[in-house]
Amino acid sequence: MSVIKSSLDNLFSSIGWRSFRMAAWLGWKIESNWTDPFLFAIYSIIKPLAASAILVVMYSVITNGDFSSPIFPYIYLGNAFYQYVGSVMTGVSWAVIDDREHYRTLKYIYIAPVHIPVYLLGRGVARFITGTFSVIITILFGVLFLKVPLDPLLINWPLFLVSLLVGVIMLALIGLVLAGVTLMTAQHTFMIGDAVAGSLFLFSGAIFPLEVLPAWLRPVGFAMPITYWLELLRRSLVGSVAEAFPTLARFTNLQLLAILVGLSLVFGVLSSVIFRWLDHIARERGMIDQTTNY
Amino acid sequence: MLPPIRKKSTGWRLFLRTIAGRAYPRVIGQQREKSWMFFEIFLPLLSVAAYVFVYRAIHAPEEYVGFVVVGGAMTAFWMNVLWSMSSQLYWEKETGNLALYIISPAHMMAVLLGMALGGMLATTIRAVVIILIGSLLFQVSYAVSSFASLLLVFILCMTALYGMGMMSASLFLLLSREAWHIANLAQEPIYLASGFYFPIKNFHFWVAAAASIIPLTLGLDAMRQLVFPSGASLGFLSVPIEVGVLVVLSVVFLTGARVLLAHMERLAIQEGRLTEARR
Repeated sequence: MSVIKSSLDNLFSSIGWRSFRMAAWLGWKIESNWTDPFLFAIYSIIKPLAASAILVVMYSVITNGDFSSPIFPYIYLGNAFYQYVGSVMTGVSWAVIDDREHYRTLKYIYIAPVHIPVYLLGRGVARFITGTFSVIITILFGVLFLKVPLDPLLINWPLFLVSLLVGVIMLALIGLVLAGVTLMTAQHTFMIGDAVAGSLFLFSGAIFPLEVLPAWLRPVGFAMPITYWLELLRRSLVGSVAEAFPTLARFTNLQLLAILVGLSLVFGVLSSVIFRWLDHIARERGMIDQTTNY
Repeated sequence: MLPPIRKKSTGWRLFLRTIAGRAYPRVIGQQREKSWMFFEIFLPLLSVAAYVFVYRAIHAPEEYVGFVVVGGAMTAFWMNVLWSMSSQLYWEKETGNLALYIISPAHMMAVLLGMALGGMLATTIRAVVIILIGSLLFQVSYAVSSFASLLLVFILCMTALYGMGMMSASLFLLLSREAWHIANLAQEPIYLASGFYFPIKNFHFWVAAAASIIPLTLGLDAMRQLVFPSGASLGFLSVPIEVGVLVVLSVVFLTGARVLLAHMERLAIQEGRLTEARR
């Protein structure tokens, strides 16, 4: 018992944990205190609904509003959970621009007793929380108004929660790579996390089955953990609908989970190595405190 | 010691030199920072491709693919107006440049015009590349009914859009950190309301009419009517009416920008907000 207690004490007093905790708290303050709670709530509702509505209108225009077709929940739920991709990746990577160019504190953070990769991961927590609001709001809207067939009693909750957790960690690690890239680039007119998320939309099978892609592009989708993550989330929520699509039909839930965990581990190792490498170059070239504006 | 200024610029000469001076970093800065080519051309192209495949997944008629390619290219202009025009003065305030603009003899309207022209030029290159590559990749076929009308619509659309950007930039002059969030909020809802990926004719008439306050809505609709064979049947209003509305919007937004800028600048000076940086 005392061994566990001392291990926990060591963990909670470690630089890594303190960096994560303080970064998460700081990130939340930055994300939420720019306005009053009412405006913040409206902001949190309009943005995700508008993004989903683009696809809903596109679908509705072509199918004359046939929301009972199985492809609709496939598209809708994939798109709803895909919001995590942009949120988490942006949360981790945008912290570099925020601290380097807006608050101009990045160099002070670098010289403080802070574990930089863990600090950046912690900064992503706030976006994960706001992203969660967006996902819940989007799904609720779909269930209430667009006939998305979601029954809380039929949801495979253990599979859903495990998949969600592994996926979010995987996204944060990809965000770390983007943070490394951001250390090397100027501030652009967009957020790198959102831009990359927008582009990966194509390969992840989020809004259409991978069979729609040309055959030579499909391997990219199969190599991405996001593809398996979204499939697991869909299967846990609307099992029969998701399993009807042939993309990953030959895999059981357990196999998909194993692939997701395996790919996440690979991405985790890669992201750690790539971030360290880019971070070293940024330090070497004196880019830690650069400001860019044109 | 700096050499004395031998020939002082005043009046129109100063105005034009300010425009060129502010446009310069926009154009040249982007050439020096090559990463934008990857982030602002390649990645949006993949995003456009995703919407194309959604249409293919639900067996949409092929002309919708063309709608997505053109709409996807035009998103570059909205992003530019939003982030590099509207919220730019807030950013200039944060970096300390805004006070320098005000102190200098340059006219703020010229500063904004310079930002607009520089941004427009760089963004046009991006949009053209997206259209070219997107059209080749997805074999989009165009049937331009009138190049002159197309050019007129594009120029009017850009004038009204950047006029709107200049007007909102003056409003953003009073804002602080919330400016960034408001700009962020105006992304997806405008993609939706302006029909970047579908014809706005599908909306209720009054919804489409309300969305027409954003110049890209009618500009995009008119351009689609002029470049796609089935465009006219999917258009919201006839092209001449849309051109007329774009002319009105251009005049309103440019005049509004001039009036609001003067007012907001005075207000910002009175309230001491020009150098404020609420972190």
